[in-house]
Amino acid sequence: MTKVFIYPTNSLILSDLIERFGHTPLAMMGEVHDKITTIGIDSPPLNITPEDPKHGLKYAAVEVPAGVRGRMSLLGPLIDKAEAAIIVDDAAISFGCMGCARTNELTKFLTRDKDIPVLELTYPYSDAEGKEFVYKISEFLESLPKEDRS
Amino acid sequence: MAAHEDGTLTKLVVISSDSVLPIDAALEIYESEIEITIKETCFGTMVTGPEDAVNRVVREVVKLDKNHIFVKERGFPPGDDRRCRAGRGGGPRPGFHFLRNEINILPIIGKALDDFDNNVPLEKIVRPEKLKVSHLKDIIKSEITR
Repeated sequence: MTKVFIYPTNSLILSDLIERFGHTPLAMMGEVHDKITTIGIDSPPLNITPEDPKHGLKYAAVEVPAGVRGRMSLLGPLIDKAEAAIIVDDAAISFGCMGCARTNELTKFLTRDKDIPVLELTYPYSDAEGKEFVYKISEFLESLPKEDRS
Repeated sequence: MAAHEDGTLTKLVVISSDSVLPIDAALEIYESEIEITIKETCFGTMVTGPEDAVNRVVREVVKLDKNHIFVKERGFPPGDDRRCRAGRGGGPRPGFHFLRNEINILPIIGKALDDFDNNVPLEKIVRPEKLKVSHLKDIIKSEITR
């Protein structure tokens, strides 16, 4: 199974399709789960703590806003672990906890910059586009090795 | 899905099926008699508990209509005070907007997965070309001279 990083990082569709075709999605939800179930100073533990912007310094410079660095402390380790990636652009839904444009840019840059296979698509809004979307993802995922690399 | 240190897992089961309702999925989970917590929602169910049990139950639920039931992991367990809207004065919980937007696309994806299973060949999509600047200028000129 290949670890596939997804963007948008909490996408239901991408997460489902990757598991469906036999690989492991690297999504934000798993990182958040680990953070909020690890006992620390905060009670209950929070998904972002004041420490996180410091961890984010590995991925973004000190003059970059703390919000970007905090988000990168969750996303950066996922990109480091990624063995492949699927990026879906043109998401009108990049708001909420996904809504930091600079983090999104940096995430996509670091993913493209890494020497891994990357598939780039846009969200489908018609049956024909949906079919192309699913077929391209399946073709991409089938080209990745199925055996466990770790 | 990577294993978690605490051994628990929460999954969102989103149903976009004409033949299966969220209550059917919930009943399937109750019938399994596995000790997990489930919460019915408008879009499907949330299942939380030991990792193996959750994965087993979710696999059974997906079998009800495999191309129209979608699953993803969720970070927070259902009813968690940090996210549950009961304690936050109402309104959609953080992250729901994104989920709702993707739920609108699920029928398209479900149909595409049906076609994929039936080996329907992919047809080439003809996307409309972007408007050329020269054509736009012509339109503007024709409007001005009208």
